[in-house]
Amino acid sequence: MTGMTAPLRTWRGRVAVGLLVMLALLPWYSPWLDAAGIISQRFALTVMTRVVILAIAASSLNLILGYGGMVSFGHAVYIGIGGYTVGILTYHGIGSGFVQFPLAILLSALLALAIGALSLRTRGVYFIMITLAFAQLLYYVAVGLEAYGADDGLTIGRRSDFAGLIPIRGPNKFVAFYLLSFVVLLLVLGLVHRLVNSRFGMALRGTKSNDARMQALGFPTFRYRIVAFAIAGALCGLAGALLANHTEFISPAMMHWTRSGDLIVMVVLGGMGSLLGPVYGAVAFLLLEEFLPAALAMVLTWLHAGLTAVLGAAAAGDLDAWLKMAEYWQIALGTILILVVLYARGGIDGLFGRSRHG
Amino acid sequence: MTLLIEQLLNGIQLGLLMFLLAAGLTLVFGIMDLVNLAHGSLYMFGAYFCASFSAWTGSFVVGALLALPAALLLGVLVEVVVVRKLYRRDHLDHVLATFGLILIANDLVRLVWGPDGRRIPLPAWLSQPIRLTPDLPYPAYRFAVILVGAAVALLLYWLVGRTRTGMWIRAGASNRTMIGALGVNVEALFTLVFGLGAVLAALAGLMAAPIVTVSIGMGDNILILAFVIIVIGGIGSIKGAFIAAMVVGMIDTVGRAFLPDLLKSFLSVAAANTAAPAISSMMIYLLMAGVLVWRPTGLFGARS
Repeated sequence: MTGMTAPLRTWRGRVAVGLLVMLALLPWYSPWLDAAGIISQRFALTVMTRVVILAIAASSLNLILGYGGMVSFGHAVYIGIGGYTVGILTYHGIGSGFVQFPLAILLSALLALAIGALSLRTRGVYFIMITLAFAQLLYYVAVGLEAYGADDGLTIGRRSDFAGLIPIRGPNKFVAFYLLSFVVLLLVLGLVHRLVNSRFGMALRGTKSNDARMQALGFPTFRYRIVAFAIAGALCGLAGALLANHTEFISPAMMHWTRSGDLIVMVVLGGMGSLLGPVYGAVAFLLLEEFLPAALAMVLTWLHAGLTAVLGAAAAGDLDAWLKMAEYWQIALGTILILVVLYARGGIDGLFGRSRHG
Repeated sequence: MTLLIEQLLNGIQLGLLMFLLAAGLTLVFGIMDLVNLAHGSLYMFGAYFCASFSAWTGSFVVGALLALPAALLLGVLVEVVVVRKLYRRDHLDHVLATFGLILIANDLVRLVWGPDGRRIPLPAWLSQPIRLTPDLPYPAYRFAVILVGAAVALLLYWLVGRTRTGMWIRAGASNRTMIGALGVNVEALFTLVFGLGAVLAALAGLMAAPIVTVSIGMGDNILILAFVIIVIGGIGSIKGAFIAAMVVGMIDTVGRAFLPDLLKSFLSVAAANTAAPAISSMMIYLLMAGVLVWRPTGLFGARS
């Protein structure tokens, strides 16, 4: 039993377990939040489902970026592949999730294998740019698909059918789909944990710190890196299949290069090369995106009230003009991002104590 | 035949615009080893500055001439406040911090200029076609862009290849520790190069502005094309950037002009019109992937 309680001995572990418990119990306490008038249950579940799905995608990127040192700037392409697999199959009447999900994972893995085989020959910034180029290539394929909505995308309208076993289409579909996504996240985190602590993961982390030395030790590092790259692609494709089900809509925008940028931001914001870092990152990034305007409006209201109290109403001016500033919340988000890069290297996970794995 | 020459000229014009954007990027990249995603934002600011100044002075040319020093000031400001702190960091940090700069830039433009796009009206002498040969009319403005672009490219070639500053820049690209040790003020050189890049980006932005609409995020997609160009050409190589920009400009223009007709012979009209621009964009990325697989550091790149 010591293995089960081990995470609770450090603050870092307690925060991690706390977050997972909070996420797991959301469907049970969100009705209270609704009743208290804080946030509607449906909205909370919708936002958090998105958080959980993007946490899966960010975790898959963390495997290659955080542990393998491969800065893929085209990771959102696998979200697109997963999403388009579900969308196109549904469009042609194949609604079974038992067909859609395995195919989404398989196609993403194959694509990642192909992209990896060509990209991993390059290093450094050339690797960043070639992964970006392949992602753009696939983005323009989607833009050119007139039959599936081209630029405008395709509304799916029907979620995947798991032979009635997983009720994501029934009356409780919000709760059921949230729980499905959360269970997938746990499985993905478990897989990443097993992988990075196995011999394979040790070798992968070795290639991050010194590839030449690993080769000298006799490791076929290219093979380790490409296998990790393909696994990351497959897991991200899974996230894409979930995302298409969540929004019931696919479009090329899913794999726009700024979405790949968002994924990198989540991984780094949360803490690279830490198991739960991407989950913190996804929570922080999407909650900032969702609630930063409201939070800014609140702060501006306080400031306005303060100024009115000190200098009088004339000097403070019209509150509405102040509140208009909250529309420009991306300025705040960008500033936060720059400050994190400049002054908080370990990301959110680094705030709770040092990682044992570094 | 006339159509082909016209499209070739369009290709050269687009290529020169892309070169101006890519030249600054490749200088900054080659010398400071900095991945600057916010370079596209400087392009956007160039266009907006020009829109405001030309509305204020009533002349596009005066507006453009005022926009360039404004962009220089902005570039120097960004370098001193944020970018300078990034030189000692890795590429991932560059990507993140300058991604943050893009978010700030786009919202800042929305705050100052509002959400709607702007059109910059051209003076009469630039908005009529000129006759290159008796039966070949070509828009005067596009021709002017070619002339200015070519002149700036030559100026840049002279600056980098023939002057003392250019010598420092080239020396900085090959070994920045060494030129610091030899007594060159590296910090000032970096600020200068970043400012020069900002001016070139702004020039590209304001020259593109009358052709496309001035809008928020106008730099985001063209920035990726500029990266493609400098990666194909080899990072830090002005010559490589020039050749790659010309090739990319040609592929994009000629692809858009002739692919729809080609595709219509075996696709429906609607499908061909959707697929053609997508395919010409894809060809550019395919070219880049092909070049990198063949030469992992680009056509004229020395370092990895």
